[in-house]
Amino acid sequence: MADTLTATYALRLGDDALILSHRLSEWVGHGPELEEDIALANTALDLLGQARMLLSHAGECEGRDRDEDALAYGRDVMDFSNLLLVEQPNGDFAQTMMRQFLFDAYAVELWPRLSASHDEILAGIAGKAAKEATYHVEQSAAWVVRMGDGTEESHARIQAGLDLLWPYASEMFEADEVEVTLAEKGIAVASSDMQVPWQTRVEAVLEDAGLAPPQGAGLRTGGRQGRHSEHLGHLLAAFQFLQRAYPGAEW
Amino acid sequence: MYTQGLNQATENGGPEDADRLARFQAKIDREEKIEPNDWMPEAYRQTLIRQISQHAHSEIVGMLPEGNWLTRAPSLRRKAILLAKVQDEGGHGLYLYAAAETLGVSRAEMVDRLLGGQARYSSIFNYPTITWADVGAIGWLVDGAAIMNQIPLCRCSYGPYARAMIRICKEESFHQRQGYEAISRLAEGTAEQKRMAQEALDRWWWPSLMMFGPSDADSAHTSQSMRWKIKRFTNDELRQKFVDATVPQARLIGLEPPDPELRQNEESGHWRFGEIDWSEFNEVLAGNGPCNRERMAARRKAHADGAWVREAALAHARKTRARAAAGA
Repeated sequence: MADTLTATYALRLGDDALILSHRLSEWVGHGPELEEDIALANTALDLLGQARMLLSHAGECEGRDRDEDALAYGRDVMDFSNLLLVEQPNGDFAQTMMRQFLFDAYAVELWPRLSASHDEILAGIAGKAAKEATYHVEQSAAWVVRMGDGTEESHARIQAGLDLLWPYASEMFEADEVEVTLAEKGIAVASSDMQVPWQTRVEAVLEDAGLAPPQGAGLRTGGRQGRHSEHLGHLLAAFQFLQRAYPGAEW
Repeated sequence: MYTQGLNQATENGGPEDADRLARFQAKIDREEKIEPNDWMPEAYRQTLIRQISQHAHSEIVGMLPEGNWLTRAPSLRRKAILLAKVQDEGGHGLYLYAAAETLGVSRAEMVDRLLGGQARYSSIFNYPTITWADVGAIGWLVDGAAIMNQIPLCRCSYGPYARAMIRICKEESFHQRQGYEAISRLAEGTAEQKRMAQEALDRWWWPSLMMFGPSDADSAHTSQSMRWKIKRFTNDELRQKFVDATVPQARLIGLEPPDPELRQNEESGHWRFGEIDWSEFNEVLAGNGPCNRERMAARRKAHADGAWVREAALAHARKTRARAAAGA
């Protein structure tokens, strides 16, 4: 039986992981140091693994015979439901790491909670992702502090990253009917439960790094409803190229 | 070469050096490993530094042609395989640099020599990856050729290099099978996919044969390296092994190597192949291959763009130490 709500929820989380993984994969071979190149690839792989499981689960819940690839390669921008944060371009290493940290600090709250979901598959995926998120946030928080505390240049760059990305953070804690309904059933996590712990962690790391969030920067939102920034279309143009150019081919 | 090596080794030593050299060679002849703290002739050390760092550089530059398809892999499964593969190459680079560092050269010096254009990397990575089939072709042919070269290195006389190669070979052999599986899928796919696969084989075949280096008659390093058991087989022996293994694999999936002279010798079972165009090899080696400039520009850009990140990490580490000292 189709379960549209769970499908929508799994797709959101899957799209977050898919798009952020894709962004990180753009770094591979071009990182600032070999160890970081490997670490970026590793995080990208973890996220891709999460995305594949979540998209497959979304496809099954949806009941329209779409597998992970049909969902990843067959939708246009307005049907992607990832957070705007994760589609933002890599910029420099500071911007990438700030994006990663803001997201990891959310993931590390989300997955342990979701591992208690009444949807067993979601719970299983979340259990695995929770372990991964723990070391992702360790890595990204350490870089935020290193860059904030490091040199004048690195401080300026990581502050610029924070200024640019801060407005995208609030979207992680927006609840809508899908989430509220599923949270009541014990399937989804209520985002509002995560906001305070997220903020506590983020503020502590920013303080260690000597950084401050921008004032009055406004809020950017809309990703969950398919209203994206211009960047996502370009990302999909590269990502979906082969599937679009050779429809129906098996790879 | 050998005499020259001996002369260099005696320069800073004394009358004992001839004895030391004899003991060193005897140890190698007994198939015992040379370890970082053991005495070794300077020429042996330099040969290994050159070879291991060149190998490490090849892994790092080799991330670029395949990395070119990371954002365009045609399925999530293929994307995961490719990401893991390119990451493995970074890992190989890392332990190879570490193995070379045991010989008294720092990774920073080695990287400077690469970026300064004094150190080489495998010229195969100066060819472009134009279509998705190139990713399969690299795994199948380039990693396939690399394994032929590298399996004997697991028994190399220098311990740290030999041990690094054991893990690397396991991963490379996995990559080779994944590459063959990827190109097989294309070969049995639509007409367009099959064309893509054949066209990739057409472009990668000869450069893969060139990966084994010049013919034995023209190879500068072979005989001394064989005596030192850094090398176990000659370039031509390994090339023949590769051709013998690869031609049947190509035909099994309906692809044909681009060599009209390819014939199997009924008695020996070896596949005889046409003349290699060494002028192309020499051109690529001289820096005039299709992507030499692009590859080096990408490495130099990554290094330059990352300078402030590395400085930040060092500055933070210094400050942390200073704060700890002040607090203690």
